[in-house]
Amino acid sequence: MRSTLLTVLQSVLSLALMLVVLLLVTFLIGKAAPIDPVLKVVGDRATPEAYQQALIELGLDQPLHVQFIRYTLHAVQGDLGKSTSTGRAVVADLKQYFPATLELATAGILIGTLVGVPLGMLAAHHHNRWIDQLLRMVCLVGYSVPVFWLGLIGLLVFYAKLGWVAGPGRLDDVYLYTLPSWSNLVLVDAIRAGNMQAARNGVMHLLLPATLLGYFSLAYISRMTRGFFLEELGKEYVMTARIKGASELRVLLQHVMPNVVAPLVTVISLSYAVLLEGAVLTETVFSWPGIGLYITNALFSADVAAVLGGTLLIGICFVLLNTATDLFGHLADPRLRR
Amino acid sequence: MKKRLSIALLGALMSLGASAATPKDTLVVVKNIEDIVSLDPAEAFEFSSGEMVSNIYEGLIQYDSKDPSKIQSALAATWKTGADGKSLEFTLRNSAKFASGNPVRFEDVLFSYRRVLRLNKAPAFILSQLGWTNDNIAQMVTKTATGAVAVAWSGDFGPGYVLNVLAARPGNIVDEKLVLQNEQAGDLGNVWLKGNSAGSGPFKLKLYKPKEVLLLEANKQASAAPKVDNILIKNVTEPATQRLLIESNDADIARDLGPDQIQALRANKDIRIEDYPQAAVHFISLNLKHEKLRNPALWEAMRYLVDYDGISKQLLKNQMRVHQAFLPVGFAGALTTTPFKLDPERAKGILTKAGINGIEMNMDLINSPKFMDMAQSMQATMAKAGIKLNLLPGTGAQVITRYRARQHEAMLLYWGPDFFDPHSNAKAFAYNLDNSDGSYQSTTTWRNSWLIPELSAKTLAALKEADPAKRAAAYMAIQQEVQARSPIIMTFQEQGQVAFRSNVKGYVQGSVADLIKYEGVTK
Repeated sequence: MRSTLLTVLQSVLSLALMLVVLLLVTFLIGKAAPIDPVLKVVGDRATPEAYQQALIELGLDQPLHVQFIRYTLHAVQGDLGKSTSTGRAVVADLKQYFPATLELATAGILIGTLVGVPLGMLAAHHHNRWIDQLLRMVCLVGYSVPVFWLGLIGLLVFYAKLGWVAGPGRLDDVYLYTLPSWSNLVLVDAIRAGNMQAARNGVMHLLLPATLLGYFSLAYISRMTRGFFLEELGKEYVMTARIKGASELRVLLQHVMPNVVAPLVTVISLSYAVLLEGAVLTETVFSWPGIGLYITNALFSADVAAVLGGTLLIGICFVLLNTATDLFGHLADPRLRR
Repeated sequence: MKKRLSIALLGALMSLGASAATPKDTLVVVKNIEDIVSLDPAEAFEFSSGEMVSNIYEGLIQYDSKDPSKIQSALAATWKTGADGKSLEFTLRNSAKFASGNPVRFEDVLFSYRRVLRLNKAPAFILSQLGWTNDNIAQMVTKTATGAVAVAWSGDFGPGYVLNVLAARPGNIVDEKLVLQNEQAGDLGNVWLKGNSAGSGPFKLKLYKPKEVLLLEANKQASAAPKVDNILIKNVTEPATQRLLIESNDADIARDLGPDQIQALRANKDIRIEDYPQAAVHFISLNLKHEKLRNPALWEAMRYLVDYDGISKQLLKNQMRVHQAFLPVGFAGALTTTPFKLDPERAKGILTKAGINGIEMNMDLINSPKFMDMAQSMQATMAKAGIKLNLLPGTGAQVITRYRARQHEAMLLYWGPDFFDPHSNAKAFAYNLDNSDGSYQSTTTWRNSWLIPELSAKTLAALKEADPAKRAAAYMAIQQEVQARSPIIMTFQEQGQVAFRSNVKGYVQGSVADLIKYEGVTK
């Protein structure tokens, strides 16, 4: 009991330390940027007095270490400061932008997993035959073609020409200001309000960017799945199963899958974490007000509070996903439980 | 069976597809609104916020959008100059009401001006030019026996200049009662006004999600009701996406299209493109902190090393027009002569005569496509006379940070006037009496370390001139001097290009963001 308590305490401490280091590095990078953050607040024509007043309001007259300690102390209490580019509390900004990314990344990773894993299995099964080569090429395209270009072409074909999907943005105009925002997750809000039309509209807006991100992540997931399966397929227990007359599907799903599921989940959760960082170019093309664009633009105007807040949130997501993956590994692999 | 299933699936998908049409009662505008920091008229200083503020609020007076050198009535029905020439008296419109239903009173006017000075945000300097401070404003702006607003100022300039200042953005009047109801910790409603409105203009702010969407709703209390119920402004930063939206009828107006998109859209019969000259003037400036850039022969030669026509017509497809003076067309006294053309031979001759045989310099610029295109063309043409330009692209904030600190050598940048008076630009391009590092000025002259006592005296004299014709002539002469002999090479004036669905009528866009008006739009 005591040792469990100690382990928990240790993990909490190391987590806190990791987040502080992450904040410190981000803070220093933000401060090293050759950009004057006061400009965003008062413009470049303000009088020296107005400039000075803004500088003091931002706390930038204090030494760096004081600024950092003050920020961290406030952050612990849930106050992430004020963004100079939106003029609002960073927490309010994150509540608006992160759900947009969460929705997109979740849909993307679902597509990436549901399509990527079977494709990887298929490629492993047809190792070095034409299907394998074809899938390799498809994945290569997904991984190497700029997502920006694919997005524009996708919009041109499926939205502008064929009209199969809705255009950029998260919702059509009519819903944009009639749907009460509660969680800022469009689908959740629409279902909560019982507005199925809005929910359907949200899906139509989500379809194309999510498929695009899904394609991007499936390229990685399917290659990794293929690798994991190939490694296992050469092992003796697989041969035994085949000799015993098990069908190929049964071999793959019942015999091999349990052995690769733990590393596979790690790969998927890492891909998910990458998507949660926000895809700046996808967000730009699809006018998707997500966290990637928010952090990038904040960085360009030296809006350090916004960058720190965003980085902290993503850092926490990484940690949570990692912990969940570890936990899953423990459950899935009996050897780890010992 | 499989085939039937896929056809059914396809059919289902297509039926779900977005019906491409904007709502009838709502004008949908796609543009980049990322620059908005605040919608409070005492703080708003960005292009997009200026546009919103001028559709939500009214000042005592306003610029005529079509000819901003003229002043029109807004909340004040009439005004007259005091006998001493140092005061103005405004009579408020009798029936004027804010969107809240509260009547517009003298107290609102005083409160609004004082608010700007007390908050002391970016636009405060525009009002403080009148000698106004938080302490003396109650003596400068007073109520007459008849209930009119009397305005006084200290400073050596005439009522024409003061009218131009009061028609500018910080001159907008807010609803004191409503604002104070929403005050937080003595902020005079500053936080609340970032997402709400308290004005008397044609629209009120219904919804604002930064970097996402902004919805204006018709103000039923306005003196002239707008023709459309709602204006939905969506943040779309990518020009190619803007083009797809307007082509698919999911947007009525697209505002930030690049030269390529504009050219492509001209072929679409459902879309109309209109050009609007903008007040921003573009230039290359040389920082005289560097010894090597101080030779006037270099300044002169560089004027012949810009491919003005090529950049304007071929490269930027008329998003810039050639303009070689610091007052943009549309300002009283703007100089429209363009004496310089690309002529590398002539430039080479000037440089050789001055003993300059090859020179290398760094040029800072903003890393957007427009500036990159211009800079690359200039780099090529300058090289023809032995001037090696090294381009240093950076984000807007990065470039301005270096510029303020006078760390650049050459700079490719633009300047937009703060308000509609020739002095706003004359001060920036022809006034600098103190060049020391400690006395920072946001002017182009100080930032390039160009000390000009004589020209500064002329600029001050022009400001004092009360006769409009003489004043315009004075600015003309000052511009000629800067055009002929200065380390600032004026090159272009910006031209806005806006795409409309063909049924959209009545949109007005003047040469600055504050002159964009939606109230007359029909669709």
